[in-house]
Amino acid sequence: MHPILDYLWIIPLLPLVGSAINGIFGWNWSKNTINAVALGSTGLSFLCAIEAVREFREYFAQYHQPFTKHFVDWIVAYQDLTIGFDLQIDHLTVVMLLVVTGVGFLIHIYSTGYMAHEEGYFRFFAYMNLFMFFMLLLVLSANYVVLFVGWEGVGLCSYLLVGFYYLKHSAAQAGKKAFIVNRIGDFGFMLGMFLLFRTFHSLDFHTVFEAASQPNVAHEGLGQFGILTAACLLLFVGATGKSAQIPLYVWLPDAMEGPTPVSALIHAATMVTAGVYVVARSHVLFLHSETAMFVVAIVGCATAFFAATIGLVQSDIKKVLAYSTVSQLGYMFLGCGVGAFGAGIFHLMTHAFFKALLFLSAGSVIHAMGGEQDMWQMGGLASKIKVTFWCMLFGTIAIAGFFPFAAFFSKDAILFAAFNSQPDGKALYAVGLFAAILTSFYMFRLVWLTFFGKSRYDEHHVHVHESPKNMTVPLMILAFLALTGGWFAFPALFGGKDYFTDFLSPVFGSREIAGGEALHSLELTLSGVAMVAATLGLIVAWRMYAKDVKRGPEKGLHKLLYNKYYVDEIYQGAIVGPLVWISRNILWKAVDEGTIDGAVNGIGYGVREIGDGVRHAQSGNTRSYAVWVLVGAVVVFGIIFWPIIHPALFGGIR
Amino acid sequence: MNASLAIFFVLAAVAVAAAVSLILQRHPIHSALSLIVVMVALAGLYLLMGAEFVAAVQIIVYGGAVMVLFVFVIMLLNAGEEEHTSFSKLAGYAGIPMAVAVAGLIAAAITRSTLPPAQDPTALTSTRSLSMLLFQDFVYPFELTSFLILVAILGAIVLAQREGN
Amino acid sequence: MVPTSYYLILSAILFGLGMIAFVFKRNIITIFMAIELMLNAVNLAFVAFSKAFGKSDGEVFVLFVIVVAAAEAAVGLGIIILTARNRRSLNVERVDLLKL
Repeated sequence: MHPILDYLWIIPLLPLVGSAINGIFGWNWSKNTINAVALGSTGLSFLCAIEAVREFREYFAQYHQPFTKHFVDWIVAYQDLTIGFDLQIDHLTVVMLLVVTGVGFLIHIYSTGYMAHEEGYFRFFAYMNLFMFFMLLLVLSANYVVLFVGWEGVGLCSYLLVGFYYLKHSAAQAGKKAFIVNRIGDFGFMLGMFLLFRTFHSLDFHTVFEAASQPNVAHEGLGQFGILTAACLLLFVGATGKSAQIPLYVWLPDAMEGPTPVSALIHAATMVTAGVYVVARSHVLFLHSETAMFVVAIVGCATAFFAATIGLVQSDIKKVLAYSTVSQLGYMFLGCGVGAFGAGIFHLMTHAFFKALLFLSAGSVIHAMGGEQDMWQMGGLASKIKVTFWCMLFGTIAIAGFFPFAAFFSKDAILFAAFNSQPDGKALYAVGLFAAILTSFYMFRLVWLTFFGKSRYDEHHVHVHESPKNMTVPLMILAFLALTGGWFAFPALFGGKDYFTDFLSPVFGSREIAGGEALHSLELTLSGVAMVAATLGLIVAWRMYAKDVKRGPEKGLHKLLYNKYYVDEIYQGAIVGPLVWISRNILWKAVDEGTIDGAVNGIGYGVREIGDGVRHAQSGNTRSYAVWVLVGAVVVFGIIFWPIIHPALFGGIR
Repeated sequence: MNASLAIFFVLAAVAVAAAVSLILQRHPIHSALSLIVVMVALAGLYLLMGAEFVAAVQIIVYGGAVMVLFVFVIMLLNAGEEEHTSFSKLAGYAGIPMAVAVAGLIAAAITRSTLPPAQDPTALTSTRSLSMLLFQDFVYPFELTSFLILVAILGAIVLAQREGN
Repeated sequence: MVPTSYYLILSAILFGLGMIAFVFKRNIITIFMAIELMLNAVNLAFVAFSKAFGKSDGEVFVLFVIVVAAAEAAVGLGIIILTARNRRSLNVERVDLLKL
């Protein structure tokens, strides 16, 4: 009937087993064996996911509710805390599941080519499979706790993979930064979970969302804010950490120290989307709190703009893509924040396709250039690495939002929803539109600088060569998806159905656009405006970068943007520096050395001092010994005679 | 005030005076003689109580053997008058208060406790009853004390030997 | 009729005097004699109690005390003789080899 659904845990388990095998035994194996294990487990997981989706559609047609299965009682404590290892599938899970397993599988294939000459090949695949396990656990979970296990686990794998070249100091630092900044977000997430548990006495999605829909819940405690607002804001703090929004985005550009497939998988397609997934999953809670929605929208919009401005002037190809990721995640949160959760998830999916494509193409370029990542050292590559060039171009056109590529549909859906939202929809739309112009500009800048113009590198030292098939084939598949991924919503252009939003409507509720024709033509107008914006960015970038271009020194605004608004330095000075100072001087010197060591040593010192004082009783002087004997005798007499003496003590001396 | 009470006070006064004299004398031989006076006074008190055998033993053994031994040793060592050294501060300051405390505690305990009435002076302890107790109920300690004396003799002989003998 | 408590108080006084002598005298032999004085005071108490309760156990114990005191005096004086020969002085304060 539905064998996969009954054993839903097989989907995360397969990569876990692959990871364990590769991790324990892979140090001795040939590349082919390692590939077989890693690709086999991920591929099988993908097939199981497809089968699970098929079975779920049957199930849903029959029962009209999400499929949840309780496997094992994990935590049973106290009076009402029962957390089970529960997995569920609903339509949202279907989208996430297919994206994670599908794109993940393609990236695994790509990695067999990219990492072929690297040390620790087996370790890489062990970590990647482990990541797949945690990410699948995250999307399949039916309660916040298992989700959090996955959440933390992907953070761990991010640390392991970013710091993959652990002998390189900057890579190790970047890994630590990723993990620590994530941890700060996780603290907020945990507080949110605690608050939800305290209010609803359960952390199962089903129970919590049902209870949250009751009318009397949202306004208790905390005055005007309400419990739900607080919980949603705290969950969103976790999302800003994991999905690199302001203020916790600083780890993602540094995470480019990891190998490029890692950047593609974790920092483009899957891990960073976990925050968006959580917000979308908790939409029931968010919809009850206008404040939280507003905050999400504002933060998303601001981040989209902010990161785009930094991406304008970066010189490292991967850094441009990193800031682009931060910016696009901002769009997703903007979509969720204005209530268009379906649009946000749609953009998540298309972004997975084109951002993975962009990163993998960049990896192909880097591979071709023998490891060079600075765009100012490239140029004129279009004729030399044709496949990579066309894939990169596809990806860039997609992200800029040109019709009929994928992001046209998803980004426009978000901007349209923002335009219509209250209270400041027009302002959000304007900022989002401007960020779209910037996006187009800096992405085409990347393409023109890398592939056009004169070669700025020394032809004798760098032998530019196209990548092998196991790298180009996934690129081409992703390019195809970047083109067609948005076509679910194609018919909506002509007044037909938006299949994607329709698909998600059992989860998010259908968003019938009331007011029919007028709004529809507004949507078309806005789409046209977006196209014009994208073209504007393309042309300006062409004029500035496609021909011979010299790199000038950074001045003024350029310098500010190039140095990322000095945000890292501000954090270092305002937060990290003082914390380290406190840790070093107060907690280490004063508390640990002074108080704790001091107390322990002080006991020893005190004992020694007491001994030093008491030893004078052993004076060698016989007469004082005699006195001590007397003292002892007095004490003994006192103890013996006291019961006789004292009852009558106050009766006066007879 | 009857005769026994008067005799008691006289003997008690003699004993206390002799004890004070023991403290105050400078030459040890005088202290020894004072101690002999104390013992004789105590023997008199025993007789007053009716414990004749104990009184006799007190004079014979204590006064006649132990104190004679003391006097011999004093003469043997040619002990002179005491030097007036004082290295121990503790003894000087804490000694008297401690002693007074002990005596006071004991006295307080005595006065506050209920004791059986005074004894009958006509009830003499017969030597016969003492020996019955000694050789029947207390035979074990008695045998042990004979061992003790044996050990003491041996000890004294060993100690008194000259080096290289 | 002399009340028992009189004897006991006398015993206490003699004991206290013995203790004072024990602490204040410097001649070893005198200190030893103070110990004998204390023992005698205790003997007095024993006999007094024995007579008060009418049983002779206290007197038997006095006999034992006297025996032990005699043995102790013998050995103790032997030790004193040796010490006096070694230190060439009968002052107890000169016996201070344990002093730091």
